[in-house]
Amino acid sequence: MSAQISGARVFLALVRRDVRLAWSQGGGALLALGFFFVAVSMFPFGVGPAPQVLARIAPGVIWVVALLAAVISLDRLYQADYEDGSLDDLVLSPIGPMGVSAAKVLAHWLSTTLPLALLAPALGVLMNLPDQAYGALIFSLLVGTPALSLIGSVGAALTVAVRRGGVLMLLLILPLYVPTLIFGVGAVDAAMSLTDPAPHMALLAATTLIALVVGLFASSAALKLALE
Amino acid sequence: MDVVKKTYDSSATLTGTDLTCRRGGRIVFEGLGFEAQAGDFVCLRGSNGSGKSTLLRSLCGFLPQASGQVSWLAGNEKNDHLPADTFLQSGHQNGLKPNFSLKENATFFVSLMTGRALSDAELQAAAAVFDLQHLLDDPVQYFSSGQRHRAALMRFALVERQVWLMDEPTVGLDAANRSALGQLITNHSARGGIVIAATHDPLGVEGKELNMDDFQPKTSVVDEAWL
Repeated sequence: MSAQISGARVFLALVRRDVRLAWSQGGGALLALGFFFVAVSMFPFGVGPAPQVLARIAPGVIWVVALLAAVISLDRLYQADYEDGSLDDLVLSPIGPMGVSAAKVLAHWLSTTLPLALLAPALGVLMNLPDQAYGALIFSLLVGTPALSLIGSVGAALTVAVRRGGVLMLLLILPLYVPTLIFGVGAVDAAMSLTDPAPHMALLAATTLIALVVGLFASSAALKLALE
Repeated sequence: MDVVKKTYDSSATLTGTDLTCRRGGRIVFEGLGFEAQAGDFVCLRGSNGSGKSTLLRSLCGFLPQASGQVSWLAGNEKNDHLPADTFLQSGHQNGLKPNFSLKENATFFVSLMTGRALSDAELQAAAAVFDLQHLLDDPVQYFSSGQRHRAALMRFALVERQVWLMDEPTVGLDAANRSALGQLITNHSARGGIVIAATHDPLGVEGKELNMDDFQPKTSVVDEAWL
Protein backbone atom coordinates (compact mmCIF):
# COMPACT_ATOMS: atom_id res chain seq x y z
CA MET A 1 0.00 0.00 0.00
CA SER A 2 2.91 2.29 0.70
CA ALA A 3 4.10 2.33 -2.89
CA GLN A 4 2.44 1.39 -6.16
CA ILE A 5 2.06 -2.38 -6.21
CA SER A 6 3.82 -3.99 -9.13
CA GLY A 7 1.40 -6.46 -10.70
CA ALA A 8 4.18 -7.96 -12.80
CA ARG A 9 6.20 -8.83 -9.70
CA VAL A 10 3.19 -10.48 -8.08
CA PHE A 11 2.55 -12.41 -11.29
CA LEU A 12 6.14 -13.61 -11.53
CA ALA A 13 6.23 -14.58 -7.86
CA LEU A 14 3.19 -16.79 -8.41
CA VAL A 15 4.62 -18.34 -11.60
CA ARG A 16 7.88 -19.08 -9.79
CA ARG A 17 6.09 -20.62 -6.82
CA ASP A 18 3.95 -22.87 -9.00
CA VAL A 19 6.86 -24.09 -11.12
CA ARG A 20 8.73 -24.94 -7.91
CA LEU A 21 5.70 -26.72 -6.46
CA ALA A 22 5.18 -28.69 -9.67
CA TRP A 23 8.75 -30.00 -9.51
CA SER A 24 8.91 -30.51 -5.75
CA GLN A 25 7.80 -33.54 -3.83
CA GLY A 26 4.18 -34.38 -4.62
CA GLY A 27 4.11 -32.07 -7.65
CA GLY A 28 2.61 -33.32 -10.87
CA ALA A 29 5.25 -32.48 -13.47
CA LEU A 30 7.42 -35.56 -13.08
CA LEU A 31 4.36 -37.80 -12.89
CA ALA A 32 3.02 -36.42 -16.16
CA LEU A 33 6.38 -36.91 -17.88
CA GLY A 34 6.66 -40.43 -16.50
CA PHE A 35 3.15 -41.27 -17.67
CA PHE A 36 3.89 -39.85 -21.14
CA PHE A 37 7.02 -41.96 -21.48
CA VAL A 38 5.62 -45.21 -20.11
CA ALA A 39 2.26 -45.02 -21.91
CA VAL A 40 3.82 -44.35 -25.32
CA SER A 41 6.36 -47.13 -24.83
CA MET A 42 3.48 -49.58 -24.26
CA PHE A 43 2.35 -49.23 -27.87
CA PRO A 44 5.21 -51.12 -29.54
CA PHE A 45 4.41 -54.03 -27.21
CA GLY A 46 0.69 -53.80 -27.88
CA VAL A 47 0.61 -53.45 -31.66
CA GLY A 48 3.75 -55.43 -32.33
CA PRO A 49 7.12 -54.16 -33.51
CA ALA A 50 6.26 -53.84 -37.22
CA PRO A 51 8.11 -50.61 -38.19
CA GLN A 52 5.57 -49.44 -40.81
CA VAL A 53 2.60 -49.83 -38.45
CA LEU A 54 4.37 -47.96 -35.65
CA ALA A 55 5.41 -45.13 -37.96
CA ARG A 56 1.85 -44.81 -39.25
CA ILE A 57 0.33 -44.43 -35.77
CA ALA A 58 3.24 -42.53 -34.18
CA PRO A 59 1.89 -38.94 -34.48
CA GLY A 60 -1.56 -39.89 -33.19
CA VAL A 61 -0.24 -41.95 -30.29
CA ILE A 62 2.22 -39.31 -29.15
CA TRP A 63 -0.36 -36.52 -29.34
CA VAL A 64 -3.13 -38.46 -27.59
CA VAL A 65 -0.87 -39.59 -24.77
CA ALA A 66 0.44 -36.02 -24.41
CA LEU A 67 -3.17 -34.85 -23.99
CA LEU A 68 -3.82 -37.46 -21.32
CA ALA A 69 -0.58 -36.63 -19.51
CA ALA A 70 -1.56 -32.96 -19.47
CA VAL A 71 -5.01 -33.82 -18.08
CA ILE A 72 -3.49 -35.92 -15.29
CA SER A 73 -1.36 -33.02 -14.12
CA LEU A 74 -4.16 -30.44 -14.49
CA ASP A 75 -6.28 -32.23 -11.93
CA ARG A 76 -4.45 -30.46 -9.09
CA LEU A 77 -3.94 -27.08 -10.79
CA TYR A 78 -6.28 -25.20 -8.42
CA GLN A 79 -7.34 -28.00 -6.10
CA ALA A 80 -4.22 -28.08 -3.95
CA ASP A 81 -4.53 -24.34 -3.34
CA TYR A 82 -8.24 -24.68 -2.68
CA GLU A 83 -7.71 -27.39 -0.08
CA ASP A 84 -5.07 -25.56 1.92
CA GLY A 85 -6.87 -22.22 1.73
CA SER A 86 -4.25 -20.36 -0.28
CA LEU A 87 -6.67 -19.95 -3.21
CA ASP A 88 -8.48 -17.33 -1.08
CA ASP A 89 -5.25 -15.36 -0.77
CA LEU A 90 -4.43 -15.75 -4.46
CA VAL A 91 -7.81 -14.40 -5.56
CA LEU A 92 -7.50 -11.44 -3.15
CA SER A 93 -4.02 -10.57 -4.42
CA PRO A 94 -3.54 -7.43 -6.53
CA ILE A 95 -3.64 -9.42 -9.80
CA GLY A 96 -7.13 -10.82 -9.10
CA PRO A 97 -8.62 -14.09 -10.33
CA MET A 98 -7.80 -13.41 -13.98
CA GLY A 99 -4.14 -12.77 -13.23
CA VAL A 100 -4.03 -15.81 -11.01
CA SER A 101 -5.34 -18.11 -13.74
CA ALA A 102 -2.93 -16.57 -16.26
CA ALA A 103 0.01 -17.11 -13.90
CA LYS A 104 -1.02 -20.64 -13.05
CA VAL A 105 -1.54 -21.57 -16.70
CA LEU A 106 1.87 -20.15 -17.62
CA ALA A 107 3.48 -22.05 -14.75
CA HIS A 108 1.72 -25.25 -15.76
CA TRP A 109 2.86 -24.85 -19.34
CA LEU A 110 6.46 -24.15 -18.32
CA SER A 111 6.67 -26.91 -15.75
CA THR A 112 4.63 -29.68 -17.35
CA THR A 113 3.44 -29.37 -20.94
CA LEU A 114 6.60 -27.77 -22.33
CA PRO A 115 8.74 -30.67 -21.00
CA LEU A 116 6.25 -33.04 -22.70
CA ALA A 117 6.93 -31.33 -26.01
CA LEU A 118 10.68 -31.57 -25.41
CA LEU A 119 10.48 -35.27 -24.53
CA ALA A 120 8.40 -36.09 -27.62
CA PRO A 121 11.34 -36.59 -30.06
CA ALA A 122 12.74 -39.37 -27.85
CA LEU A 123 9.38 -41.11 -28.04
CA GLY A 124 9.36 -40.50 -31.80
CA VAL A 125 12.47 -42.68 -32.03
CA LEU A 126 10.70 -45.36 -30.02
CA MET A 127 7.74 -45.22 -32.43
CA ASN A 128 9.94 -45.26 -35.55
CA LEU A 129 8.78 -41.79 -36.62
CA PRO A 130 10.27 -40.92 -40.05
CA ASP A 131 13.11 -38.38 -39.97
CA GLN A 132 11.23 -35.68 -41.88
CA ALA A 133 8.45 -35.52 -39.24
CA TYR A 134 10.50 -34.57 -36.15
CA GLY A 135 10.49 -30.84 -36.82
CA ALA A 136 6.73 -30.82 -37.28
CA LEU A 137 6.20 -32.96 -34.16
CA ILE A 138 8.15 -30.62 -31.90
CA PHE A 139 6.77 -27.48 -33.48
CA SER A 140 3.16 -28.67 -33.40
CA LEU A 141 3.51 -29.60 -29.74
CA LEU A 142 5.07 -26.23 -28.92
CA VAL A 143 2.22 -24.40 -30.64
CA GLY A 144 -0.55 -26.69 -29.41
CA THR A 145 0.39 -27.37 -25.78
CA PRO A 146 -0.48 -23.88 -24.47
CA ALA A 147 -4.06 -24.68 -25.51
CA LEU A 148 -3.94 -27.83 -23.39
CA SER A 149 -3.01 -25.81 -20.30
CA LEU A 150 -5.52 -23.05 -21.07
CA ILE A 151 -8.53 -25.25 -21.75
CA GLY A 152 -7.57 -27.56 -18.91
CA SER A 153 -7.47 -24.62 -16.54
CA VAL A 154 -11.19 -24.03 -17.17
CA GLY A 155 -12.01 -27.64 -16.32
CA ALA A 156 -9.76 -27.57 -13.27
CA ALA A 157 -11.37 -24.37 -12.00
CA LEU A 158 -14.90 -25.72 -12.55
CA THR A 159 -14.21 -28.93 -10.65
CA VAL A 160 -12.05 -27.43 -7.91
CA ALA A 161 -14.65 -27.86 -5.18
CA VAL A 162 -15.74 -31.30 -6.36
CA ARG A 163 -14.38 -34.21 -4.39
CA ARG A 164 -12.70 -36.69 -6.75
CA GLY A 165 -13.45 -34.31 -9.59
CA GLY A 166 -10.60 -35.68 -11.72
CA VAL A 167 -12.74 -37.89 -13.95
CA LEU A 168 -15.43 -35.24 -14.25
CA MET A 169 -12.76 -32.80 -15.38
CA LEU A 170 -11.52 -35.33 -17.93
CA LEU A 171 -15.03 -35.65 -19.36
CA LEU A 172 -15.40 -31.87 -19.49
CA ILE A 173 -12.19 -30.99 -21.23
CA LEU A 174 -11.19 -33.91 -23.44
CA PRO A 175 -13.89 -33.08 -26.04
CA LEU A 176 -12.55 -29.51 -26.10
CA TYR A 177 -9.09 -30.84 -26.91
CA VAL A 178 -10.34 -32.39 -30.16
CA PRO A 179 -9.52 -29.44 -32.49
CA THR A 180 -6.01 -29.17 -31.06
CA LEU A 181 -5.55 -32.92 -31.51
CA ILE A 182 -6.82 -32.95 -35.10
CA PHE A 183 -4.66 -30.06 -36.30
CA GLY A 184 -1.63 -31.20 -34.29
CA VAL A 185 -1.68 -34.71 -35.69
CA GLY A 186 -2.59 -33.32 -39.11
CA ALA A 187 0.58 -31.23 -39.16
CA VAL A 188 2.81 -34.17 -38.30
CA ASP A 189 1.04 -36.45 -40.79
CA ALA A 190 1.49 -33.85 -43.51
CA ALA A 191 5.20 -33.61 -42.79
CA MET A 192 5.44 -37.40 -42.80
CA SER A 193 3.88 -37.64 -46.24
CA LEU A 194 6.11 -34.80 -47.46
CA THR A 195 3.26 -32.30 -47.96
CA ASP A 196 3.08 -28.82 -46.49
CA PRO A 197 2.24 -28.81 -42.74
CA ALA A 198 1.79 -25.01 -42.65
CA PRO A 199 -2.04 -24.91 -43.02
CA HIS A 200 -2.43 -27.35 -40.13
CA MET A 201 0.01 -25.33 -38.04
CA ALA A 202 -1.93 -22.13 -38.73
CA LEU A 203 -5.19 -23.72 -37.63
CA LEU A 204 -3.45 -25.18 -34.57
CA ALA A 205 -2.17 -21.72 -33.66
CA ALA A 206 -5.70 -20.37 -34.13
CA THR A 207 -7.16 -22.87 -31.66
CA THR A 208 -4.46 -21.89 -29.16
CA LEU A 209 -5.32 -18.21 -29.57
CA ILE A 210 -9.03 -18.90 -29.10
CA ALA A 211 -8.20 -20.91 -25.97
CA LEU A 212 -6.16 -17.95 -24.73
CA VAL A 213 -9.05 -15.53 -25.13
CA VAL A 214 -11.79 -17.79 -23.78
CA GLY A 215 -9.81 -19.85 -21.29
CA LEU A 216 -8.66 -17.08 -18.97
CA PHE A 217 -12.10 -15.45 -18.77
CA ALA A 218 -13.80 -18.77 -18.13
CA SER A 219 -11.22 -19.86 -15.55
CA SER A 220 -11.48 -16.68 -13.55
CA ALA A 221 -15.29 -16.82 -13.59
CA ALA A 222 -15.19 -20.45 -12.47
CA LEU A 223 -12.75 -19.59 -9.68
CA LYS A 224 -15.02 -16.88 -8.32
CA LEU A 225 -17.89 -19.34 -8.37
CA ALA A 226 -15.83 -21.98 -6.59
CA LEU A 227 -15.02 -19.69 -3.66
CA GLU A 228 -18.66 -18.85 -2.90
CA MET B 1 12.25 -4.30 16.31
CA ASP B 2 13.56 -1.84 13.78
CA VAL B 3 10.55 -2.09 11.52
CA VAL B 4 8.62 1.15 11.44
CA LYS B 5 4.88 0.65 11.80
CA LYS B 6 2.71 3.37 10.35
CA THR B 7 -0.63 4.56 11.57
CA TYR B 8 -3.76 4.22 9.49
CA ASP B 9 -6.36 6.67 8.26
CA SER B 10 -8.37 7.53 11.37
CA SER B 11 -11.49 8.46 9.39
CA ALA B 12 -11.92 4.96 7.94
CA THR B 13 -15.26 3.33 8.66
CA LEU B 14 -16.65 -0.02 7.62
CA THR B 15 -20.40 -0.34 7.93
CA GLY B 16 -22.88 -3.03 7.12
CA THR B 17 -26.57 -2.16 6.88
CA ASP B 18 -29.41 -4.63 6.89
CA LEU B 19 -27.25 -7.47 5.54
CA THR B 20 -28.81 -10.75 4.58
CA CYS B 21 -26.83 -13.76 3.39
CA ARG B 22 -28.00 -17.05 2.01
CA ARG B 23 -26.18 -20.30 1.63
CA GLY B 24 -27.74 -23.08 -0.39
CA GLY B 25 -31.18 -21.46 -0.33
CA ARG B 26 -31.19 -21.07 3.45
CA ILE B 27 -31.05 -17.62 5.02
CA VAL B 28 -28.06 -17.67 7.37
CA PHE B 29 -28.70 -14.27 8.94
CA GLU B 30 -30.85 -11.29 8.11
CA GLY B 31 -31.11 -7.64 9.04
CA LEU B 32 -27.54 -7.56 10.30
CA GLY B 33 -26.00 -4.16 10.88
CA PHE B 34 -22.67 -3.13 12.31
CA GLU B 35 -20.21 -0.28 12.25
CA ALA B 36 -16.47 -0.50 12.73
CA GLN B 37 -14.37 2.65 12.88
CA ALA B 38 -10.61 3.00 12.80
CA GLY B 39 -9.28 1.49 16.01
CA ASP B 40 -12.26 -0.77 16.61
CA PHE B 41 -12.13 -4.42 17.54
CA VAL B 42 -15.37 -6.18 16.67
CA CYS B 43 -15.83 -9.63 18.12
CA LEU B 44 -18.35 -11.85 16.36
CA ARG B 45 -20.07 -14.20 18.75
CA GLY B 46 -22.79 -16.74 18.24
CA SER B 47 -23.47 -20.43 18.21
CA ASN B 48 -22.16 -22.76 15.52
CA GLY B 49 -23.86 -22.15 12.21
CA SER B 50 -25.00 -18.65 13.16
CA GLY B 51 -23.14 -17.17 10.18
CA LYS B 52 -19.86 -15.83 11.57
CA SER B 53 -17.78 -17.30 8.76
CA THR B 54 -20.45 -16.43 6.22
CA LEU B 55 -20.32 -12.78 7.28
CA LEU B 56 -16.51 -12.71 7.11
CA ARG B 57 -16.44 -14.38 3.68
CA SER B 58 -19.08 -12.00 2.41
CA LEU B 59 -17.01 -9.03 3.62
CA CYS B 60 -14.04 -10.52 1.73
CA GLY B 61 -16.20 -10.41 -1.39
CA PHE B 62 -16.33 -14.18 -1.87
CA LEU B 63 -20.05 -14.42 -1.15
CA PRO B 64 -22.63 -12.04 -2.58
CA GLN B 65 -25.06 -10.50 -0.09
CA ALA B 66 -28.68 -11.34 -0.80
CA SER B 67 -29.65 -7.87 0.35
CA GLY B 68 -28.28 -4.98 2.36
CA GLN B 69 -25.22 -2.85 1.88
CA VAL B 70 -21.58 -2.79 2.88
CA SER B 71 -19.78 0.51 2.73
CA TRP B 72 -16.16 1.44 3.23
CA LEU B 73 -15.27 5.08 3.79
CA ALA B 74 -11.66 6.16 4.00
CA GLY B 75 -10.63 9.76 3.36
CA ASN B 76 -12.38 10.80 0.16
CA GLU B 77 -12.83 7.23 -0.91
CA LYS B 78 -16.25 5.65 -0.77
CA ASN B 79 -16.79 2.05 -1.77
CA ASP B 80 -19.75 -0.29 -1.68
CA HIS B 81 -17.43 -3.16 -0.80
CA LEU B 82 -14.19 -3.63 1.08
CA PRO B 83 -11.40 -3.10 -1.51
CA ALA B 84 -9.02 -6.08 -1.70
CA ASP B 85 -5.98 -3.94 -0.90
CA THR B 86 -7.38 -2.73 2.42
CA PHE B 87 -7.74 -6.00 4.28
CA LEU B 88 -6.15 -9.30 5.21
CA GLN B 89 -8.13 -12.41 6.01
CA SER B 90 -7.43 -15.69 7.69
CA GLY B 91 -9.81 -18.59 7.42
CA HIS B 92 -10.16 -22.12 8.68
CA GLN B 93 -7.38 -23.44 6.47
CA ASN B 94 -3.94 -22.06 7.02
CA GLY B 95 -2.99 -21.26 3.41
CA LEU B 96 0.53 -22.64 3.82
CA LYS B 97 2.35 -24.90 1.40
CA PRO B 98 3.43 -28.02 3.33
CA ASN B 99 6.67 -28.67 1.48
CA PHE B 100 7.87 -25.07 1.65
CA SER B 101 9.64 -23.79 4.76
CA LEU B 102 7.95 -21.15 6.88
CA LYS B 103 10.37 -18.58 5.51
CA GLU B 104 9.48 -19.47 1.91
CA ASN B 105 5.78 -19.35 2.73
CA ALA B 106 6.19 -15.91 4.34
CA THR B 107 8.31 -14.57 1.49
CA PHE B 108 5.78 -15.73 -1.05
CA PHE B 109 2.86 -14.28 0.89
CA VAL B 110 4.51 -10.86 1.00
CA SER B 111 5.37 -10.87 -2.70
CA LEU B 112 1.89 -12.11 -3.57
CA MET B 113 0.20 -9.32 -1.64
CA THR B 114 2.60 -6.44 -2.30
CA GLY B 115 5.06 -7.49 -5.00
CA ARG B 116 7.88 -6.59 -2.62
CA ALA B 117 10.76 -8.69 -1.37
CA LEU B 118 10.68 -9.45 2.35
CA SER B 119 13.68 -8.20 4.30
CA ASP B 120 15.26 -10.38 6.94
CA ALA B 121 14.53 -7.86 9.69
CA GLU B 122 10.82 -7.84 8.82
CA LEU B 123 10.75 -11.62 8.73
CA GLN B 124 12.42 -11.95 12.13
CA ALA B 125 10.14 -9.34 13.65
CA ALA B 126 7.02 -11.07 12.32
CA ALA B 127 8.22 -14.50 13.45
CA ALA B 128 8.93 -13.14 16.92
CA VAL B 129 5.26 -12.23 17.46
CA PHE B 130 4.29 -15.88 17.82
CA ASP B 131 7.72 -17.12 18.81
CA LEU B 132 8.41 -18.92 15.52
CA GLN B 133 12.02 -17.86 14.85
CA HIS B 134 13.46 -21.34 15.42
CA LEU B 135 11.01 -22.85 12.91
CA LEU B 136 11.68 -20.49 10.00
CA ASP B 137 13.74 -22.97 7.98
CA ASP B 138 11.62 -26.06 8.66
CA PRO B 139 9.08 -27.32 6.14
CA VAL B 140 5.56 -26.58 7.32
CA GLN B 141 4.49 -30.22 6.93
CA TYR B 142 6.44 -31.13 10.09
CA PHE B 143 4.71 -28.48 12.22
CA SER B 144 2.18 -29.37 14.90
CA SER B 145 -1.32 -28.05 14.29
CA GLY B 146 -0.82 -25.25 16.83
CA GLN B 147 2.46 -24.23 15.21
CA ARG B 148 0.81 -24.32 11.80
CA HIS B 149 -1.94 -22.08 13.06
CA ARG B 150 0.55 -19.61 14.50
CA ALA B 151 2.41 -19.69 11.20
CA ALA B 152 -0.84 -18.82 9.44
CA LEU B 153 -1.47 -15.90 11.81
CA MET B 154 2.03 -14.58 11.10
CA ARG B 155 0.61 -12.99 7.92
CA PHE B 156 -0.94 -10.21 10.02
CA ALA B 157 2.52 -9.18 11.12
CA LEU B 158 3.96 -9.45 7.59
CA VAL B 159 1.72 -7.24 5.48
CA GLU B 160 0.31 -3.85 6.49
CA ARG B 161 -3.42 -3.65 5.88
CA GLN B 162 -5.92 -1.62 7.82
CA VAL B 163 -8.68 -4.20 8.17
CA TRP B 164 -8.16 -7.70 9.55
CA LEU B 165 -10.86 -10.32 9.09
CA MET B 166 -10.06 -13.29 11.31
CA ASP B 167 -12.06 -16.48 11.44
CA GLU B 168 -11.48 -18.46 14.65
CA PRO B 169 -7.98 -17.10 15.24
CA THR B 170 -7.65 -18.73 18.66
CA VAL B 171 -8.18 -22.35 17.64
CA GLY B 172 -5.29 -24.49 18.84
CA LEU B 173 -3.40 -21.63 20.50
CA ASP B 174 -1.97 -22.05 23.99
CA ALA B 175 -2.41 -19.36 26.67
CA ALA B 176 0.88 -17.60 25.89
CA ASN B 177 0.15 -17.36 22.18
CA ARG B 178 -3.43 -16.33 22.79
CA SER B 179 -2.19 -13.37 24.77
CA ALA B 180 0.36 -12.66 22.00
CA LEU B 181 -2.56 -12.58 19.57
CA GLY B 182 -4.44 -10.26 21.94
CA GLN B 183 -1.39 -8.00 22.07
CA LEU B 184 -1.07 -8.01 18.26
CA ILE B 185 -4.72 -7.00 17.93
CA THR B 186 -4.38 -4.30 20.61
CA ASN B 187 -1.35 -2.83 18.85
CA HIS B 188 -3.15 -2.88 15.52
CA SER B 189 -6.18 -1.10 17.00
CA ALA B 190 -3.93 1.48 18.62
CA ARG B 191 -2.54 2.35 15.18
CA GLY B 192 -6.04 2.82 13.79
CA GLY B 193 -6.55 -0.68 12.45
CA ILE B 194 -9.92 -2.41 12.36
CA VAL B 195 -10.16 -6.02 13.49
CA ILE B 196 -13.22 -8.18 12.98
CA ALA B 197 -12.77 -11.60 14.53
CA ALA B 198 -15.08 -14.55 14.98
CA THR B 199 -14.12 -16.34 18.14
CA HIS B 200 -15.52 -18.34 21.02
CA ASP B 201 -12.61 -17.62 23.37
CA PRO B 202 -11.95 -14.38 25.23
CA LEU B 203 -8.94 -12.58 23.75
CA GLY B 204 -8.49 -10.06 26.52
CA VAL B 205 -9.10 -7.19 24.11
CA GLU B 206 -11.65 -4.46 24.76
CA GLY B 207 -14.05 -4.03 21.91
CA LYS B 208 -17.52 -4.16 20.48
CA GLU B 209 -19.42 -7.37 20.40
CA LEU B 210 -21.73 -8.48 17.64
CA ASN B 211 -23.93 -11.39 18.60
CA MET B 212 -24.94 -13.27 15.48
CA ASP B 213 -27.76 -15.01 17.32
CA ASP B 214 -29.64 -11.68 17.24
CA PHE B 215 -29.90 -11.81 13.45
CA GLN B 216 -31.20 -15.30 12.90
CA PRO B 217 -33.97 -15.54 10.31
CA LYS B 218 -37.41 -15.07 11.84
CA THR B 219 -38.99 -17.66 9.59
CA SER B 220 -37.23 -20.60 8.03
CA VAL B 221 -38.34 -20.30 4.43
CA VAL B 222 -36.50 -22.36 1.87
CA ASP B 223 -36.08 -20.40 -1.31
CA GLU B 224 -37.61 -22.59 -3.94
CA ALA B 225 -36.03 -20.65 -6.77
CA TRP B 226 -32.72 -22.04 -5.63
CA LEU B 227 -33.98 -25.60 -5.89
